[in-house]
Amino acid sequence: MSMSEAPHAAEIGARLREIVAAHARLDGPLLPILHAVQAEWGHVPRSAIAPLADALNLTTAEVHGVVSFYHDFRDAPAGRHLLKVCRAEACQARGGRGIEDSARDRLGIEFGETTPDGAVTLEPVYCLGLCACGPAAMLDGTLHARLDSDRLDALLAECGA
Amino acid sequence: MRVYVPKDAAARALGADAVAEALTREAEARGMEITLVRTGSRGMIWLEPLVEVEMDGLRHGWGPADPRDAAAILDGAGPKALGPVEELDWMKRQTRLTFARVGVVDPASLPDYAAHGGLAGLRRALEMTDAQIVAEVRESGLRGRGGAGFPTGLKWETVRTAPGPVKYIVCNADEGDSGTFADRMLMEGDPFCLIEGMAIAGLAVGAEKGFVYIRSEYPDAIAAMESAIAAARAGGMLGVSVLGSGRAFDMEVRVGAGAYVCGEETSLLNSLEGKRGTVRAKPPLPALEGAFGRPTVVNNVISLASVPTILANGAAAYAAQGLGRSRGTIPMQIAGNVARGGLFEAGFGMSLGRIVDDLAGGTASGRPVRAVQVGGPLGAYFGREKFDTPFGYEEFDGQGGLIGHAGIVVFDDSVDMLAQARFAMEFCAVESCGKCTPCRIGAVRGVEVLDRVAAGDPAALPLLADLCETMRDGSLCALGGFTPYPVMSAVTGFPEDFGGAREAAE
Ligand SMILES: Cc1cc2nc3c(=O)[nH]c(=O)nc-3n(C[C@H](O)[C@H](O)[C@H](O)COP(=O)(O)O)c2cc1C
Repeated sequence: MSMSEAPHAAEIGARLREIVAAHARLDGPLLPILHAVQAEWGHVPRSAIAPLADALNLTTAEVHGVVSFYHDFRDAPAGRHLLKVCRAEACQARGGRGIEDSARDRLGIEFGETTPDGAVTLEPVYCLGLCACGPAAMLDGTLHARLDSDRLDALLAECGA
Repeated sequence: MRVYVPKDAAARALGADAVAEALTREAEARGMEITLVRTGSRGMIWLEPLVEVEMDGLRHGWGPADPRDAAAILDGAGPKALGPVEELDWMKRQTRLTFARVGVVDPASLPDYAAHGGLAGLRRALEMTDAQIVAEVRESGLRGRGGAGFPTGLKWETVRTAPGPVKYIVCNADEGDSGTFADRMLMEGDPFCLIEGMAIAGLAVGAEKGFVYIRSEYPDAIAAMESAIAAARAGGMLGVSVLGSGRAFDMEVRVGAGAYVCGEETSLLNSLEGKRGTVRAKPPLPALEGAFGRPTVVNNVISLASVPTILANGAAAYAAQGLGRSRGTIPMQIAGNVARGGLFEAGFGMSLGRIVDDLAGGTASGRPVRAVQVGGPLGAYFGREKFDTPFGYEEFDGQGGLIGHAGIVVFDDSVDMLAQARFAMEFCAVESCGKCTPCRIGAVRGVEVLDRVAAGDPAALPLLADLCETMRDGSLCALGGFTPYPVMSAVTGFPEDFGGAREAAE
């Protein structure tokens, strides 16, 4: 979903019930359900918390507590493109800090922010497992290794940023 | 003609998909019949994408390949030709037991797995009693490859003898340590091997259900495991009657959600149960009260994936490799600023210097090596004066370090060790589960104190040492407890980088 308004409880209700039903047979289904919710709406809508708590026999505080614990779950949709730049040691050893700076400068935002036009959200990631060919980043689910600032520029240009 | 192109995430990040397409197009244009197989990676990451072509029964390599190399590769020539891959120095010097099939087989094919020695360990295990299987793993000397090095056989024995009708096998595939990618490569390159190891673990302890908890940062590994599990079910390797034995074992993938601390086993169990990934106090041990309160084996991917070779070839063959109390082989992951980075599996005991100078060929930048962090973000930084240290659990411990998951991250002389120490504290602050104060508050204070060191405050260094002691002694798990390793090893091993404060103190 793009940067549209947060969906209302009524709109998501039916689809949410389907998602919960699809995971009914799992032990400890909350994380798989939250991943499915985020895949559907691009974030975990606030309006989904109460119905989820209800369906799983949990308190809303418990569900909210889980959503807020994990870095992956967002409470608002990301930009049209999501750039995750690795900030961990193996990438640092290969110029990763320079890539972090280029990404910030080029986009004019900090980690955790979205460009004002909604094109790109920039996030940190601590390791993508590409430690022998860093610096690395993931753009909309696709991995890129041995980045330099030219290649980063080219990737961002593709995003219209 | 059979052509092999890795589908490993690192190879793909370096353009392997485009190379595969170019080869297919070039073959079509020539009217040439090729069978293109997507494999895992051989582990020579500096040569990825590494294309292999079978010629006279031998696999010849080309790398690092570019789509423009397609014609030369199909001609069997060109400047990127490497000759027979198995004859390359990097391959010949290894003892590939756990990674024997990675980069060789089609990871999506159960028949290919069986044709390359797969299932032999499971077949043997099905003819043994549970106690015999555990004894075999114990005699192999296998210790947990996830970091703590706990004897795997001992853990299994605790679960085997624990009372209870329901038990679980949980595979820790959270692999959050920077500098490590062995779990990822194994799951992407030989997923059936992990499934086999988990099924054997199930037989050994009396568990019929397994979970693989994979971090969300590994979408390719998740897909590879999902499809292998489906194929294993369809092929009778998993299900109500494993290989027709009448014994049941099945498993499913669970996906993490971007929390480093969920690699800690009790935090992982909470996450698996759908809770916040906070650390649990021990006891109770997960072996006795683990997933959903049941007796549970929690093992790392490489621990479990080493079990099939141990069962297939015997404990003695595995234990014959290694050094001291570190038996068997260790897949070392050589990373960071290195000329040759990748995965190298060998018996324990190689010196750090040989790994860095000889195998890795020094730095990629061509500048001198200054520091090496071994064991992930909670591992110590070693300078050249410690390069004689042999790769083993006790040996690294004796030098104030740890081998962890065997990730080796090399830095050249442009590294700022104060910045690295600060990063270690910052990372701990970001990833702390928040349950215990020394970790949650200590890491935040650590960043502040290091900023004071950078500003030249003479009182800051003693304060830092104090803080590290509190974190080490008072944290609930090794996140807060081991963050002092990178921090204090940087301070003591590279004092010149903390000079501002030091000079002011004098
Ligand atoms: C903060 C933290 C993170 C950890 N991350 C991992 C991990 O990603 N993978 C892993 O196998 N073990 C990890 N461990 C170690 C596990 O707690 C545990 O020792 C291991 O899964 C046991 O399996 P093994 O005996 O096969 O090594 C971590 C520990 C801590 C304290």
